[in-house]
Amino acid sequence: MTTVDVHHISASLAPPSPKRGRGRPQDAAGWLTYGILTVTTLLFVAPFYYMIVAASRPMSEMNTFPPPLVPGGDLFSNIGTAIHQQNIGLALWNSLVVSTVVTVSTVLFCTLAGFAFGKLRFRGRNLLFAITLGTMMIPPSLSVVPLYSVMAELGLAGTLSSVILPSLCAAFGVFFMRQYLIQALPDELLEAARVDGATTLRTFWSIVLPIARPGAAVLGMLTFMTAWNDFFWPIITLNSSNPTVQVALNNLGSGYVPDTAVIMAGTLIGTLPVLVVFVLLGRQIVGGIMAGAVKG
Amino acid sequence: MTMQVDRPVAGERGTPPAAGTPSRPSWRSRLYAFEGRSAPYAFIAPFFLVFFAFGLFPLVYTAWISLHSYRLGGRMRWIGFDNYVWLFSNPSFYNSLWKTITIGILSTVPQLLLALGLAHLLNYRLRGRTFLRVAMLMPYATSVAAATLVFALIFGRDGGIVNGLLGVVGIEPVDWRNGNWTAQIAISVIVIWHWTGYNALIYLAGMQSISKDLYEAAAIDGANRWEQFLHVTIPGLRPTIMFTIIVSTIGASQLFGEPLLFGGGQPNGGSVNQYQTVGLFMYQQGWQYSQLGRAATVAWVMFILIIGLVLLNSWLARRRRPATEGTLS
Repeated sequence: MTTVDVHHISASLAPPSPKRGRGRPQDAAGWLTYGILTVTTLLFVAPFYYMIVAASRPMSEMNTFPPPLVPGGDLFSNIGTAIHQQNIGLALWNSLVVSTVVTVSTVLFCTLAGFAFGKLRFRGRNLLFAITLGTMMIPPSLSVVPLYSVMAELGLAGTLSSVILPSLCAAFGVFFMRQYLIQALPDELLEAARVDGATTLRTFWSIVLPIARPGAAVLGMLTFMTAWNDFFWPIITLNSSNPTVQVALNNLGSGYVPDTAVIMAGTLIGTLPVLVVFVLLGRQIVGGIMAGAVKG
Repeated sequence: MTMQVDRPVAGERGTPPAAGTPSRPSWRSRLYAFEGRSAPYAFIAPFFLVFFAFGLFPLVYTAWISLHSYRLGGRMRWIGFDNYVWLFSNPSFYNSLWKTITIGILSTVPQLLLALGLAHLLNYRLRGRTFLRVAMLMPYATSVAAATLVFALIFGRDGGIVNGLLGVVGIEPVDWRNGNWTAQIAISVIVIWHWTGYNALIYLAGMQSISKDLYEAAAIDGANRWEQFLHVTIPGLRPTIMFTIIVSTIGASQLFGEPLLFGGGQPNGGSVNQYQTVGLFMYQQGWQYSQLGRAATVAWVMFILIIGLVLLNSWLARRRRPATEGTLS
């Protein structure tokens, strides 16, 4: 067995289509269902639209009633003001650096650990995996006080490293990659590699990683999104001279800028990168979230 | 990248000593065996290193700091349980605990019920299925900060669109931010908007893994659509529902960014602390008043409370039905 049916694997990550034998017998949706879903979708999307409208008009126009419903012409001047006032350019760059480093390391480390937990046998495996799952229950915000004092001791407070280090690997990713590899990686392939005398590391590099790619891509997107949107710890450790996007948004919303149009313009640029990625790859992200949800 | 695995290479390490070779395994094969035994631990080591350094150690150290007076930039001074005495006799703490609970209920209950209903509708045969799912997940991709800043505008007193719409039906403008319940409701709306689509997809995934036979059997027994939902879908979703309840509860207990930015970046949670959550209270102690020891005390008490909540949740789940499947799925 030398080749792997990649199509089969990537298909299992696509949003689950109605599989035979699973799920309620699928009736076609009636007009009421479509109606409710349309209204809900509009409610979900409306705030984004409102953000664009408010970012493209002077603040005074948003305070009239009825409020304007189409974007105005001030978008770029408002964005310019926001960038000028809150260092948004630096914030975007910092967020890009943090999110990229966190994503690469999370995907690599979680694939390693997920492979070990899913496909290798070793003493203490079940206990260690249970501990891994248990750590998902601990909200990271409870550890900020010592984390802050340690980072200050190390001279890292205020640097991007202090944001990156605690996020280098996440229990959710280990769990996610384990689930993925259990179903995507055939045992015979590992058997064959072992018979060939490949070391475990070699097997990981040459066999596991290529097969893990579709799952790793989904984990990567989710991780990037989470890292980009991380709020609590960055606003504690970073300051406004070296912010990530969320820290800059926090400053924008903290009264330094009283102009709501400028706030919305800043919010728009801070949100846009992730939203673009999301709209382009939304299908895969949806599939990944649903796949990670059930197969316990 | 492919690897040739079907052509064994002669003389490679790893092949067990066959007849004719020396009975003592060579150093290469011993090295190989050692690699095989130790590799799993090496593979999980990065995760556990990160967890010990930035998860477990700070958590335990939080308990230690909570026994000290520790100001930002100063030295730790042992004061025993004084911080706990201070905390448990502090009305502001109880207020924040209470607000966390009420906002938690106001945001979690409608959110999960809405998600369940949406998942049910999404489970029909639909045109534009992918589009609907992606649109519902868009709030999830938005940061707490961005979402809150937009909603702060939407719930504005003078130019906010919500008050505008209320005005159309003849209701006086509401001062959302300064009211007690109105501020809590507005914050809950942000949370609901943020997480409903995500939970709907989790439920949808759960619904699609319920065996079709159960529905057919129920239909044969004469169960209508609603009865099928009640007696097949809900029980089948049980582990998923437990999972979302636990995750949402933990999330609600940590609520921080929404009330912070809804109040314009102030950690007091409104002029009379009407939406100061425990997360805000902790932040206020540690980073507004520079009382890190007290902040650590709040964090540690929260940790104990969360453990209690999770245990209570799983105990309730187990008591209702003795053989539930794994909830963490």
